[in-house]
Amino acid sequence: MADLSVDFAGIKSPNPFWLASAPPTNMGSMVERAFDAGWGGAVWKTLGEPIRNVCSRLASVDYGPNRMMGLNNIELITDRPLDVNLREIREVKRKYPKHAVVVSLMVESRREAWHEIVKRAEDTGCDGFELNFGCPHGMSERGMGAAMGQVPDYTCMVTEWVKEAATLPVIVKLTPNVTSINPPARAAVRGGADALSLINTINSVMGVNLDTLVPHPNVGGMAAHGGYCGPAVKPIALNMVSELARDPEVTVPISGIGGISTWRDAAEFLALGASTVQVCTAVMHYGYRIVEDMVDGLTNYLDEKGFRSVGELVGASAPRVTDWGNLDLNYKTVARIDHAKCIQCNLCHVACEDGAHQCIPLVRLEAGRFPVVDEHECVGCNLCYLVCPVPGCISMVRLDDGSQPLTWRELTSRQPQTMTAD
Amino acid sequence: MAENLTPAIPHDEIERNFREIAPALTDAEALFEANRCVYCYDAPCTHACPTHIDVPAFIKKIASGNLVGSARVIFDANPIGATCARVCPVEALCEGACVEKTLMNKPIEIGRLQRYATDFAMSTGREVLKAGEPNGRSVGVVGSGPAGLSCATYLARLGYAVTVYERRPLPGGLDTYGMAEYKMTQRVSTEEVRMVERLGVQFRLGTEVGRDISVEELESAHDGVFLGVGLGETGRLRIPGEELEGVYDALYVIERIKSRRWETVPIGRAVAVIGAGNTAIDAVTQARRLGAERVILVYRRGPSEMPAYEYEYTLAKQDAVEFLWQTAPVEIIGTDGRVSGLRCVRTEPGEPDASGRATVRPVDGTEFDIKVDTVIKATGQQKMREFFASIPGVELDPAGRVMVDPQMRTGNPKFFAGGDCVNGGREAVDASQMGKLAAQGIHLALAGERVEFAGARVPLHEDTQNLKAH
Repeated sequence: MADLSVDFAGIKSPNPFWLASAPPTNMGSMVERAFDAGWGGAVWKTLGEPIRNVCSRLASVDYGPNRMMGLNNIELITDRPLDVNLREIREVKRKYPKHAVVVSLMVESRREAWHEIVKRAEDTGCDGFELNFGCPHGMSERGMGAAMGQVPDYTCMVTEWVKEAATLPVIVKLTPNVTSINPPARAAVRGGADALSLINTINSVMGVNLDTLVPHPNVGGMAAHGGYCGPAVKPIALNMVSELARDPEVTVPISGIGGISTWRDAAEFLALGASTVQVCTAVMHYGYRIVEDMVDGLTNYLDEKGFRSVGELVGASAPRVTDWGNLDLNYKTVARIDHAKCIQCNLCHVACEDGAHQCIPLVRLEAGRFPVVDEHECVGCNLCYLVCPVPGCISMVRLDDGSQPLTWRELTSRQPQTMTAD
Repeated sequence: MAENLTPAIPHDEIERNFREIAPALTDAEALFEANRCVYCYDAPCTHACPTHIDVPAFIKKIASGNLVGSARVIFDANPIGATCARVCPVEALCEGACVEKTLMNKPIEIGRLQRYATDFAMSTGREVLKAGEPNGRSVGVVGSGPAGLSCATYLARLGYAVTVYERRPLPGGLDTYGMAEYKMTQRVSTEEVRMVERLGVQFRLGTEVGRDISVEELESAHDGVFLGVGLGETGRLRIPGEELEGVYDALYVIERIKSRRWETVPIGRAVAVIGAGNTAIDAVTQARRLGAERVILVYRRGPSEMPAYEYEYTLAKQDAVEFLWQTAPVEIIGTDGRVSGLRCVRTEPGEPDASGRATVRPVDGTEFDIKVDTVIKATGQQKMREFFASIPGVELDPAGRVMVDPQMRTGNPKFFAGGDCVNGGREAVDASQMGKLAAQGIHLALAGERVEFAGARVPLHEDTQNLKAH
């Protein structure tokens, strides 16, 4: 059976599944129940100066009958006294010595303030720190959270302060609310970060109540932007993780966060270069119990594919991500429709007609009027394959005309005039 | 009549038995089901619907929370959309064609979703359709069943002054008097009629053409006339004993049930129903629900030839109805003027008739008696030949059906017709479509303008294409 244990920048954990710093890690009793359920680690809800929260705090985006495709939170860092949190962290770590207990931190931008909280937190016996440079709402208005993560110089500076005081590994949690994820990531590494975690939540307004015309979530008739998370943000997070995994200046391990709900999501993050994953929304939706299938499913997958450990999967897909200019312009696929499986919903036809390249006409065949792919016109875009509700009905088939691979970069280096065409 | 035919079971049990067979969807169910719809393009359900309602469009409007828009899509193509939502043979029409049936044998519950949207519009009194600007022309509609209601609706939308003549005390025709009570109550039908009234259509109830108003008066009062009179009584069995007390027309029994005054329904303890069409099924299932201990369906052919829909047959089997196949009644036996039994004979298939269907011949010496106290005739309604003979120029085909052109115009240019009297007796939805086509035909004849209402024909998104030549 594959070995799921991980050593993440020196932080050991029985499996790569950690709870992200968020409501599910608000207090000791919760983290203990999570560990009992099978979670390998937990990043404690961010410690800092006392705050006050508002009511209400959460809003979600549904997709059809499916609830919470995306979730938004305007809750701030912990609203519990620091002493209480520190005591509970100590107790949890004593009871669960093999689990990863990481403490998330956020204080004002003063060197002494950071030194002080790092020392107090280290005293608990925890395994490491995560610096919250990503919280996009409330705290950022006070010069903390995303206000740090959005300015690489600040990211570097505060990381350096923390490293001056810390003896334990330091993870810097990055905000996705930047144009490019690479500069703040490199700045954190320059500042001495032992690892990175991403993504924090994305600035979002979740919608508007069309009866009251107040956006969600409603706080006394007003609303503020919050932090977007949940399954909907996964592709954004995967992109940012893969950007860092292939950045030669990012030499530290990555903890992947963003919309992870199943072992499959986790495996995708691992393959793109994360070596642990952190989960929040799925637990807020279904509870700690979801980790059981995450562990079971990932184990079975690794066994089936011949990986002996999680580490062997980490980064396996990272080399497969490149710039568009390195893609083969001569690679050609076309759609094939299996009429024996076709239910004649004609979604492929209308999608191709109105949203693609007009190459799936409805053709009168002996058995009825069927969508038929005109392979000469098909550009292999995948749209029909994506909209088809029948498993295995449409497949994308490789057409090999014998031509040699040719990328845009190669083409424009050979024929510079192509750059100015059109 | 029949004072000794008190129901065998208590009233509250009968009420339970007559609960709706397909109850309303809850909001959660409707949202889930609407989201399950694949939203086919050029959808098979729309093709299969005789009124060609744009089914994916109304379902997606339910999913988006636009219920009044959803109801409008339905009523735009079918003015009796609330009735059809309950009584349509959806298994044979829209739901039978649904791609989710093909894919997973779980079609979208189109009928119940249609009910959900139409219920919303009707219960909230939302204006779904609008009457047209008065155009100064007047049309008389004879019969307020599905065909008449549909025709009246479309004509009102075009600005005609429409008067509907209905011989019964309540409007709605078979929608009101002929639907199995567990599928639909009278109230749905009468509320649907109220929507037609709100378009300005006048209803003259209790007014029979030929008795209370003459054909000539009708003709002189209106610029055009639509005949949606349906069919007549069930035909005679032409066997001895037919006049005995305890022998009823299925339509009469069903009409009594519609009043929900169960004690007035002439159902005994042992009931024989003659015939195997959908009306016969309505009769046997409702006889069981009223407490009849033994209900026997008698049919002179075999089960594979029964005209009733498969799911109707299944319903009857679930209700523990007995079936006597290849059996014909030869005499209704009476005691003191009342039915006490039914004499039957076994039959066998004979030579094929002109249509190729095997004839039926009795097998000598196979007579047998069954003990029943009620006999219900459900062998098909007769054509109203006499009525049509009173209108000059209206011609009937050999089967007694009114002959019309594609504009639903009869041999008399002022008279149009549709529904059962034209097609010989089909579904309410078929009649509704004919009413729509007739309204278009009437408008073309009276105003010289060609209009096309939603679902007047199969929507042709585009002609079938050929692969582009290269």
